[in-house]
Amino acid sequence: MIKYILKNGIRMVLLIIAISIAAFFLMTISPIDPLQTNIGQTALGIMSQEQIEQLQNYWGTNKNVVERYLEWIKDFISGNMGISLLYRQPVYDVIVQRLLNSIWILLASWLLSGILGVTFGIIAGIKEGSILDSIIKDIAILFSSTPIFWFALIVLMIFAVWLKWFPIGFSVPIGVMVENVSLFDKIHHAILPTFVLSVAGMPNIILHTRERMISVLKSDYILFAKALGKTKKQIVWQHGLRNVVLPAITLQFASISEIFSGSILAEQVFSYPGLGQIAVTAGLGGDMPLLLAVVVICACFVCGGNFLADIIYHIIDPRIQLKGKEI
Amino acid sequence: MLLEMEHITITAGQRNILKDFFLTIEEKEFVALVGASGSGKSILAHSIIGIIPENVICSGTIKYKGFILTEEKKATLLGNEIVLIPQNTSYLDPLMKVGIQVAKGKKDKKSLEKVKNLFKKYHMEESVVYKYPFMLSGGMTRRVFISSALMETPKLVIADEPTPGLHKKMAQQVVSHFREMADMGAGVLMITHDLDLAISTADKIVVLYNGEIMEVAKAINFQSQDTLYHYYTKELWKSMPKNGFYHSPIQQTSIEGCPFAHYCQKAKKECTINKIPYFVKGESIVKCLFIGGEKQCY
Amino acid sequence: MKKRILFLLLLLSIFTIVGYFCKDNALVTDFAHKNMPPCLDYPFGTDWLGRNLFFRTLRGISISILIGTISASISTIIAIFLGTISAFGNKNIDATITWLIDFIIGLPHILLLIVLSIVMGRDIKGAILGIALTHWTSLARLIRGELLQLKASTYIQVAEKLGKSKLYLFQNHMIPHVLPQCIIGWILLFPHTILHESSITFLGFGLKSNQPAIGTLLSESMQYLVTGRWWFAVFPGCMLVFIVLLFYYLGKCLQTYYEQKLGE
Repeated sequence: MIKYILKNGIRMVLLIIAISIAAFFLMTISPIDPLQTNIGQTALGIMSQEQIEQLQNYWGTNKNVVERYLEWIKDFISGNMGISLLYRQPVYDVIVQRLLNSIWILLASWLLSGILGVTFGIIAGIKEGSILDSIIKDIAILFSSTPIFWFALIVLMIFAVWLKWFPIGFSVPIGVMVENVSLFDKIHHAILPTFVLSVAGMPNIILHTRERMISVLKSDYILFAKALGKTKKQIVWQHGLRNVVLPAITLQFASISEIFSGSILAEQVFSYPGLGQIAVTAGLGGDMPLLLAVVVICACFVCGGNFLADIIYHIIDPRIQLKGKEI
Repeated sequence: MLLEMEHITITAGQRNILKDFFLTIEEKEFVALVGASGSGKSILAHSIIGIIPENVICSGTIKYKGFILTEEKKATLLGNEIVLIPQNTSYLDPLMKVGIQVAKGKKDKKSLEKVKNLFKKYHMEESVVYKYPFMLSGGMTRRVFISSALMETPKLVIADEPTPGLHKKMAQQVVSHFREMADMGAGVLMITHDLDLAISTADKIVVLYNGEIMEVAKAINFQSQDTLYHYYTKELWKSMPKNGFYHSPIQQTSIEGCPFAHYCQKAKKECTINKIPYFVKGESIVKCLFIGGEKQCY
Repeated sequence: MKKRILFLLLLLSIFTIVGYFCKDNALVTDFAHKNMPPCLDYPFGTDWLGRNLFFRTLRGISISILIGTISASISTIIAIFLGTISAFGNKNIDATITWLIDFIIGLPHILLLIVLSIVMGRDIKGAILGIALTHWTSLARLIRGELLQLKASTYIQVAEKLGKSKLYLFQNHMIPHVLPQCIIGWILLFPHTILHESSITFLGFGLKSNQPAIGTLLSESMQYLVTGRWWFAVFPGCMLVFIVLLFYYLGKCLQTYYEQKLGE
């Protein structure tokens, strides 16, 4: 088990490094030169000599790419991620602040979409062919065909513009000092983005869980359970849930990237100052240091999720856990 | 009479799986249903229990102790009086401990104690209770199934292909446990493609070919070819010592007449045209025109 | 089932062709009729420059279908190529491709598209290539699995023993089996490619704002949401969902049709 964790852990770290290398090289060959753009030029004006040197180390043309990457990753790991050209602050500060804004929304919608998605999926799967099943299935298909940003737009229009139940954007009320922002305000601003992300995350989980439930209920061991005289309720509780929920937990860890993808779009619509929004701002503004940092942070979350999924799968599935040990 | 089945026809879509099947089992009787794979044996076992897929339709009457086996009846009988012994590990929940499955999901001490005693009886260690199905060997899996059948006192045991994948000695041992159950008073129906095994332990043997009964005979009749009447049964018997199986292609045409007619050397024209009735010869029931005898009503 | 497939195909081609002929109408500005809510003359209303949103939406749909087709096709070709060499190549090739898949799913999809789009210079070419390069993974896995299964199947092994050449086996046994799956996989990619194209266009990384793609229309509508001009956003979005659903059902119908054929 420890060997397995170690092996996968190394694989995960290598993957993140590979992603950072790829992202770095891709950005160096991009036609957009961060130092030559407008914001780049203005940003240089306010930087210290040291900061400018650092920037040139990464993006300047006087060194070869490999050297530049090594400089950058060395600084990056030590927490010195460079200066954001757009925000004119250290990238580290920008990222931490935005991540703190985003993380609760991401976590809440990840949990909500997982729990509700699996629940609806199980209900639909148990009642396969019923009206309830087709309603759940059709809604899930409809939502999986709906672009999340458009859904966010519609939600914003209904709940913020028309009904005025929620603010139109941002994470805190405009014009209020940071220290005066209450927890209520923060939550009030986060509800719509969380709602949109949760709903958008559900369809795939519902459809997958439903399929899984249907195939479990058709399996041989369910036949045997029936032959033992167990009622449908007993069968679902004793065998159905066990064989559906455990894989679903694994899957949920492996699908962190979807919630991140969604948050990029949803935060853009709600002007919510989170990690997703700065990815877009940095991308549009040619703020390479910031975008690179976002890429690496996201890669850590996603690869970390995939890694955890593997490990959890090992822990909960006895077939793998004991492989080659007790047989 | 413990179990009576009459005019059982099972269809899946357009295809006839079983045609005009009949069977009786008495208490203390061990009946073996022998046929090639694909002859519709398993689905028959499942249809008695009532666990056939939705697209499969089963018609006919099934009586248990003289009463028609309704859904309500089954609900009270399944798992106690009527038990199924399934084929292989896939019939065990892969994520649930074996002992708890045998105890039907109960985890209390009393039930688990009972499971442990049964396991001991069938030469399995107590620790098997806490193992997962994938950790069991083929022989152990069968013994687990037998234990689960004996959690109550079963009256009717239906064993669906309980031996494939086991070597001869182990298969014989498993089947001997069925004999024990019959001797203890239960009716046993074993579905198998191993004629040799059936002859050595069963009381009565039903030979199935292409979804139809060819011959029903006492196991003793299988001692010699002369006491067997249907030509298919004879062929089956002849191929037995070679430890193989008579490989006649299974016909999917639903012609009237004898399904074996194509391969039968004695076949005459009538064999393929009309529906062939069942004849009684001694204690055997045979579906063959060459048997002069009393016509059966089946 | 066959009729349903043909009907869906016909409907989708009509949308593509009609959208193409709306090219010029979609750009006509008419300041006398700006910001009009939906009415008989303008079923989807007009925007702040008086452009007819009905034509703009139809045009956007056809652009979406076009980009979806190109990128889904490239993606499918990549998937077929990588899936095949993964199944037939040696262990190293297989491991490399598995790693490549892990690599691509190691970043959130949209973020990867943003990065690729920046590299390609943030235009339509970047959008198409970015989508094409990121959507092949699951289909490649499917093809690999199918081929491995076929390779291990008895009839292929018997045919191999009978001295049939690899090329013969490939042409006569593998292609007829895998090709339908590739076509179904290709069609089922459309919903994803279309949704992702509109997403990155919406964010500003795909098509330029002078092209009336659905993403652009919705991105423009953002600025007018607060003023209550709901029709800027509602109709283009509904049409997009409708088209994506059509592709989804086309894929599913093809799948069922193929499975029925196999069943016979």
